Order: sequence, then C-alpha cells, then structure tokens
Amino acid sequence: MATANTNLRLAGESSRALMCIGAIIFFFALHISVGAKHIPLANVFDAFLSYDAKVFDHIVIWDLRLPRAIIALVVGACLAVSGALMQGVTRNALADPGLLGLLSGASFAVVIGYYFFGSTVMPFLPMLASAGALVAACLVWWIATAAPGGARPLTLILSGAAVTAFLAAIISGVQLLDQDNFQNLRVWLTGSISGSRFEVLYWCTPWLIGSSAITLYVARQVTSLAMGDEVAVGLGVNVAKIKMLVLLAVVGLTSCAVALAGPMGFIGLVIPHVVRLFVGTDYARVVPYSALVGAAYLLLVDIVARMALAPVEISTGLVTSLLGAPFFVWLVKAKL
Amino acid sequence: MAQLNAQKAFEILDRQIYVDSSAAPALAVNSVYGGYGETTILQNVSLDIPEGKITILVGPNGCGKSTLLKTIARVLQPESGEVLLGDRNVHKMPTKSVALEMALLAQGPIAPEGLTVRELVAQGRFPHQSFLRQWTTEDARAVDDAMAATDIIQFADRPVSSLSGGQRQRCWIAMSLAQDTDIILLDEPTTFLDLKVQVDVMNLLTKTARDAHKTMVVVLHELNIAATYADKLVMMRDGEIVANGDVQEVFTAENLRSVFDLDANVIVDQQSGRPVCVPVIAR
Repeated sequence: MATANTNLRLAGESSRALMCIGAIIFFFALHISVGAKHIPLANVFDAFLSYDAKVFDHIVIWDLRLPRAIIALVVGACLAVSGALMQGVTRNALADPGLLGLLSGASFAVVIGYYFFGSTVMPFLPMLASAGALVAACLVWWIATAAPGGARPLTLILSGAAVTAFLAAIISGVQLLDQDNFQNLRVWLTGSISGSRFEVLYWCTPWLIGSSAITLYVARQVTSLAMGDEVAVGLGVNVAKIKMLVLLAVVGLTSCAVALAGPMGFIGLVIPHVVRLFVGTDYARVVPYSALVGAAYLLLVDIVARMALAPVEISTGLVTSLLGAPFFVWLVKAKL
Repeated sequence: MAQLNAQKAFEILDRQIYVDSSAAPALAVNSVYGGYGETTILQNVSLDIPEGKITILVGPNGCGKSTLLKTIARVLQPESGEVLLGDRNVHKMPTKSVALEMALLAQGPIAPEGLTVRELVAQGRFPHQSFLRQWTTEDARAVDDAMAATDIIQFADRPVSSLSGGQRQRCWIAMSLAQDTDIILLDEPTTFLDLKVQVDVMNLLTKTARDAHKTMVVVLHELNIAATYADKLVMMRDGEIVANGDVQEVFTAENLRSVFDLDANVIVDQQSGRPVCVPVIAR
C-alpha cells in the first residue's frame, strides 16, 4: 500500500517535471522564433540539430536570439529561486528580492560602479551587485527588527520600500549628474533582457554555480526552517549556518539576475506561490520547480514584451511588474 | 498466606525502586544558569531525568520551566553549567547527532500553509538523512508507524492547517515519533486544547512512553493533568527547582501554596491513587 502510494507519487512527480521541462523547451524555441524577422519553429530546431553556417536564419539564431533566450531563462530561474528561499526562511508570504530591497541594492551598486569606473567595471559586475544586495538586505532586516514588534511581514515590506525609495532617489541623482553615460543604463534600470549582455553571463557563471550548489544543499532544510527556529533546532538543523547559506545563495542569485537584466520585479514573489499550488510546501520540491517555472515564465514574458506592441519592444521588467503588481495586491488581501 | 504475599510484593517493590534509583539518568542538568540574552532566568538548576519515565515540569508563568526545557533542547545556550546526555555535553555535540537521540516538540508550532500531514511527519526523519543518503524504506516505515501510533493516517494527504487543534497536535507528536529518539521533550503540548483533547494527547503520550520505553520531559500548565500523568513531578519558581520527586510527595497543599501562591486542598482519587487539587473558595 505504501509502496503503491509512493509509486503513484513518483509517477505524478516525473510527469510534472516533464511538463515543466516541455514548457521550457517550447517557450525557448518560440522565444527564438519570434522577433523582427519571424523564423519558423522548424528552422529553430533545425539550427540546433544540424547547424549550417551558410543559412542566414541559423546565424541569427545562434548569434542574436539564443543569447537573449538563455539570459531570460537564467534570470527567471534565479529570481524565482531567490523568492522561494526568502519566503521559506523568513516565513513571509510577501518576501521577494524586489520588495525586500535586494534588487535596488544590487542596481545601486552597479550604477555607482558605472559612475566611477565606466564600462571597465564589467568583470566585477556580479561582485558589485552582490555587495549592494547584501548591504541592502542587512539594512532592511535591521530596520525591520528595530521596529516595534520586530521583523514581521509588514515591517519587512515597509523597510524594504523605504530602502528602495532611498536608493532609487540616489540612482536618479547620479543619472542627472551624468546624462550621457546613463542613457544606456536607463533601459537596463527598468529591467530588460538583451542578448548583447551575454558577456556578463560569463562573469556570472562562477556565482551561478556557487549559488546553485548552496541552493541544492539547503533546499530540504528550508522546510524545517519554515516551521520555526525551535522546530528546526529540534530536528538537528544548524539554524544559524543554514540561514547564512540561504542569505549567500539569495544574494548570489539575485545579483546575477540584476547584473544580467537589471532589477526585474515580482518574479520572485509570483512564481513560488504558483509552484506551491501544484507541488505543496516542501521546499525540496518548491525550489527546483520554482527554477523551472520561473525560467518558463520569463521566457514567455519576454516573448510578450517583444510581441505586444511590435515592432516597438516593451522593456521586459515593465511587463513583469504589470503582471506582478495585481498579484501582489491579491496576496496582501489574502495573506496579510 | 495473604500476609506472606503482601510481604513478597513489598520486597519486589523495594527492589524495583532500588533498581530505578541506581540507573543512570537519561539526561542530567548540572548547575545550569541561563536564560534569554542578558536576562538570567535559571538560577543554578540541577535535575536528573529518569530513563523511560515521564517527567513533568510545572510552575507559575515566568518560573523558567520552558527556559529549562529549551536549554536542555539546546535552543538556548546555558551561561554556565551543563546538560549531559549520557556522559556527553548536549551543547558541545553536533546538533544533528543530538537530534538522533532527543526530539523536541516546540510550543505552538505552526506548519507552513499547505504542508500535508505526511510531509510534516516526514520532516522527523531529517536527522537520519544526509545529502547522499536521502529517502529510504526505513524512513517510509518510520513515518507510517508514527502516523499509525497517533491515529492520523486518515489525514495523511490533507494540509495540516485544515485540521483541528487536537489533530494538529497529534501530527506534531507523530513528527517527533518519526524522529525515532529515546528522549522526547515537549513544551506545553496541551495548551489551548479542550480538556477532553488534553486528556487524549496525554493518554497518547503515556501509552507511547510505556510501549516504546521512551523518556519524556513535558512542560505543562494544567496542575491536575500534570498530577495525573507524571512519573516524576518537578515544581519550579523564580528559576529554581522548589520540589522534585514522586507525585504523591511533591503534589501537596503546602507546595502548591509556596510555589503557586495557590490556596487549594489536595485530595486523592480513589481509582488512580493520584492526587487532585481543588481550589479553596475565597469567602
């Protein structure tokens, strides 16, 4: 009976995983196929299965479209996993890298880096973004803890909003001081995906690998932490160590996302909630599924961003915010 | 003849008591000072927890009974003194190896929304697993056994948050049982439950302690429940242990007055032989 149940669950599990991976492959191919020049899906698969340097479509796919699709995939996964980890460890349904100030901290550091060092800062972008995200996260936590009642969901959101507003003001100030240089940062600051930033992905790779390794290691223990520190201690979880590792992973993943695509709001908030509807609350499953669904979601959003007002392209971050903000309002009504 | 039998019975009883008192305690608290951050609550507390028995801690609010339990459970670090598990210091052992021997049911725990009963109970297997050794059939059996013992199999796939208070508490107890430890620490497991449900929970705990020979340390609020179920009763006040021993010795009108400032008569229930306190009505 127990084994029959287990088998049934395993079957459900693998079909769910296959569905997610299927969706990613489909959106990935679709993402590559749409654009200024429409490339039929058949050609897209062709370009991967039998690449021919003489076919123009294949060159467009490999040199222009593929980098953008990969960045969308990576950024979506990073932000969704960050949100899932944050929601678990802080036991806060409203935790999200954007709402708790990490995105603005990372962007702030990047903007300041550009201001002082120009584009030579490129290789240090992930490091810079991480430092900014870490400082912002600690600042938000410190302010929320100092508030009466301590770090509750509401105080965390409020202190996140305050820190975000403060950093946004400084960013605008810096922009006004140096209009020319920041012309190209303006689009990035709304959250945008562009294949031309593919070089940044190389610099992000070590951070991505490190953060992903930590995430794999902590995911299962986040469920214990989500039941409260005391329960986790009783189960033999080293609470301080795991919290530190989660902070590192969240900062690493968030800053890679910011370095690649700017501050992209609400993905970290929305995706884990959607995932939980389907796989339950065990973070050993929530975290990997968040990665899959987040990747598929941002691919889809990026398709919409390019298609909706074609040939004009909307900044992808605007679309994630347009979709995410109403969800946030619903969540506040339902969960706060 | 009857007299002879009675004498024999007393001899056996005496021997039993002798054996018990000579056995090494499951847990030993030695001269512990401790509390939260700067505030020291526990003042030089020493206590032996007998193996295979139910030890119940009672005392007025703020007396340090929960603080003591949390210090034993290594949720809190003592300022000085030590808690020994056998001959090893609980606060110096790797936390995961402590979790193989000692489970904790925290006070008023809240399951993450949507977590099912089976998932919750499965969390109890955490200390038995590692990154390389994940889920095994032994884990599955321990989870099934724990759910059977607490009679929650029928809720296995329902979210914990959809259950009643008593059912939820049975799930948390099942999680502690799935951890498969010799010792279970429970912080006010019956608070906010109806009397009938409190009794159900305590019956479940005593049955488990007896059947599986587990050592339990329970912080309780309800005096009469404590007197009914304790093998050993510990009364605390102002961070110190005031009385400690067999229920009949400890649960007296004098102790209730000096520990709780409670004016009550203590009578003995004919059937169980357990003391019961009845408050004196003020005139």
